[in-house]
Amino acid sequence: MALPVAFFGVFFAYPVAAIVARGLRVDGVWQLGRIGDVLTQPDIRHVLWFTTWQALASTALTLLVALPGAYVFARYDFPGKQILRAVVTVPFVLPTVVVGTAFLALVGRGGLLDEWWGVRLDTTVWAILLAHVFFNYAVVVRTVGGLWAQLDPRQEEAARMLGASPLKAWRQVTLPALGPAVAAATLMVFLFTFTSFGVVQILGGPTFSTLEVEIYRQTSEIFDLPTAAVLTIIQFVAVSAILALHAWTVRRRESALRLVDASVTARRPRGAGQWALLAGVLASIAVLIVLPLAVLVQRSLDAPDFAYYRALTSGDSGVFLVPPIEAIGNSLEYAVVATVIAVLIGGLAAAALTRRDAGRFVRGFDALLMLPLGVSAVTVGFGFLIALDEPPLDLRASWILVPLAQALVGVPFVVRTMLPVLRAVDHRLREAAAVLGASPWRVWREVDLPMVRRALLIAAGFAFAVSLGEFGATVFIARPDNPTLPVAVAKLLGRAGQLNYGQAMALSTILMVVCAVALLVLERLRTDRTGEF
Amino acid sequence: MNNKKYPAVCVGLGLVLLSACGSSDDGESSRGSKTVTLVSHDSWAVSKDVLAAFEKESGYQVKVLEDGDAGQAVNKAILTKDNPQGDVFFGVDNTLLSRALDNGLFQSYEAKGSDLILPEYRADEDKHRVTPVDTGDICVNYDKQYFEDHKLTPPSSFDDLIKPEYKNLLVTENASTSSPGLGFLLGTAAQYGDDGWQDYWKKLKANGVKVVDGWEQAYNEEFSGSAGGKAAKADRPLVVSYASSPPAEVIYGDPKPTTAPTGVAEGTCFRQVEYAGLLSNAENTEGGKALLDFMLTKTFQDDMPLNMFVYPVREGAQVPEEFTEYGPLAEDPETMDPAKIAANRDDWVKSWTSLVLK
Repeated sequence: MALPVAFFGVFFAYPVAAIVARGLRVDGVWQLGRIGDVLTQPDIRHVLWFTTWQALASTALTLLVALPGAYVFARYDFPGKQILRAVVTVPFVLPTVVVGTAFLALVGRGGLLDEWWGVRLDTTVWAILLAHVFFNYAVVVRTVGGLWAQLDPRQEEAARMLGASPLKAWRQVTLPALGPAVAAATLMVFLFTFTSFGVVQILGGPTFSTLEVEIYRQTSEIFDLPTAAVLTIIQFVAVSAILALHAWTVRRRESALRLVDASVTARRPRGAGQWALLAGVLASIAVLIVLPLAVLVQRSLDAPDFAYYRALTSGDSGVFLVPPIEAIGNSLEYAVVATVIAVLIGGLAAAALTRRDAGRFVRGFDALLMLPLGVSAVTVGFGFLIALDEPPLDLRASWILVPLAQALVGVPFVVRTMLPVLRAVDHRLREAAAVLGASPWRVWREVDLPMVRRALLIAAGFAFAVSLGEFGATVFIARPDNPTLPVAVAKLLGRAGQLNYGQAMALSTILMVVCAVALLVLERLRTDRTGEF
Repeated sequence: MNNKKYPAVCVGLGLVLLSACGSSDDGESSRGSKTVTLVSHDSWAVSKDVLAAFEKESGYQVKVLEDGDAGQAVNKAILTKDNPQGDVFFGVDNTLLSRALDNGLFQSYEAKGSDLILPEYRADEDKHRVTPVDTGDICVNYDKQYFEDHKLTPPSSFDDLIKPEYKNLLVTENASTSSPGLGFLLGTAAQYGDDGWQDYWKKLKANGVKVVDGWEQAYNEEFSGSAGGKAAKADRPLVVSYASSPPAEVIYGDPKPTTAPTGVAEGTCFRQVEYAGLLSNAENTEGGKALLDFMLTKTFQDDMPLNMFVYPVREGAQVPEEFTEYGPLAEDPETMDPAKIAANRDDWVKSWTSLVLK
């Protein structure tokens, strides 16, 4: 426990507190009155209002589109299901710059919709909402669908036998069992859309701003640190509330359900209705997820002889000091280190959380570990810059900052993947081993490790994919001579010229393929008891 | 959890952290006193041979950190000023100068050749915390073809822009996130005064001005006169850009046009000056001073225009022919005292945002 706590204290709480304090403390005196001042500004109220309603709308839309998908993935068996499950997860681990770009290529000027029907959605709220569905589809499918696949269908059938209508049987048997999972997924999607940054910044234009974007503008562009600090606190409070709710639903979810192996619940669709449902879900995936990704690939190939890909290896584009292709190597190196850190910290934390004598405090830490998902990446990035610049922790000039920031985002995924599996390990096994004289280390190696190995691999895979795509914090601390892949994409997009745009598309495509391969490998490793992602 | 139970993993993390420290130490030692680090925004550029000549002459290796767009680079430099990322910072302009000075970003140093800087560009002359390096005008550019086709005279003043014949033609940048956007706002404030500019912007908004976030988007995606805009089938023939943009269209034209496809609306210009300075707490102050001296040499000042598309500030420095022909500096640009900008900038940007964007 000590190590995860120390890690979060030093690399999360301290930098965030430092940047907030920089904004709110003048000459050693806290200026808490600023909170009221900021809250009464009409512009800020507008931002709060927009943040909330677009998150609500995005969440509702995502559920509407993704719940049928969750059902289909859980209950139907069809060829290519594994690949498709990996494909719908790709957007989730893609950096938001790439997602934004994919959508811009689809709905922006000269995009596919513009060419076909003269419809442009950029700078409208629709582009933002659709991108959020694209982005979060997998959260619903994996969280809800994962559980749905393991619910014993015989319970519902039994209710039917006893005379319940299909609707009633579903409402009284399946829905209550699924409820907590749906709630958990809803809250996660709400959290991700509430703190949305890249999507809103790229697709929203200057008119739309979420809290997260506003924190970025106030810190990075307007340099109004007090306002940024107040907004950070507001976001912190909101995110804590969401996470507290989430922790509560998760605990309810872990209450005893009769679960069966997912492979026995799925079967081929039967009858016109089921085939139509499958077709509908596949069509929505094709339009909302595959199409934007395909546009990205098409744009990257939109020059003879793979010119955009070949340009990636040339050093004199003027945008970087190094050929853009090196960003791929940088990203992979950073992601490996970040994964090691995240698995270590997350694994230790998960192990601590499963201990039977874990008290209230430790369980509270569970929710706390999720906080980095919801706290502004900009705040973390700037916090790193101003807080970690003195011995003994003078890391500012060091490359380790980037993987550390990425690991912060990876840890929650590791914890959430490991926790259910670790909790399922029968405690009596550990006790028996200990009674027979095994050292704690040996107990872990002989009892826990074999059971959690696959979960550990999945956790590592997710941490790796998330680190690869992390953008918000990395962009502030990555050195210009050592850009990561998402940072390189953003930089290329910021420069005018067809070749720069093409290279950005090519790099995004490469990143997408790497993520897809990682996810396909994970699909093969799925545990019999699902985690939450 | 008691971490004694997990010695192996703790050693693992220890190694990671150690290797991190190790590598940062390597960074420090290779930096040494013979390397001088320049922190700048993304638009920094210099000819390779010019820089190589400086390195050879002075014995310093120049390392450049391009750190985001202009505003972001300044803010980051201020946040890290106690332990700066480099020795010299280049790229703070007159609209943000006061923020840098008030926050103690720079230390005093009067660069060699300061006496040769044209008087109108000098600033902070009693303390010499900054050195002017280049200048340029932020002006409305127009698409010549469009105005020919429509038999319309291009606008030439701020007043023209609110006339009905120019309705829905202008695209500008967000004043809170883009430096030409801010320059244009300050230009209108200089022209119409502290009370009048808001009224002007109301009329401009009613006349269909479009606001986008950054210069790239405005110039290359919305403006019909630029090469990028033509490719993107852009439809706005007026854009807030620079006086040096028309020469850039000629120099980078492929094939090179015989004359500039765009022009500058003379009466809409706001004068921008960019400064460099020696960072407080710089590690290599001697190298930093040498680098500042270098930026005022005739070699560097002559080289600058075609690299960064700005004008020199040094007396007698050469301005390329394309510049004098297609994008001369305005005769009588709007200007504003940095102190006045400092006092009003944030309030103006806030009111502008509420007025124009919401």
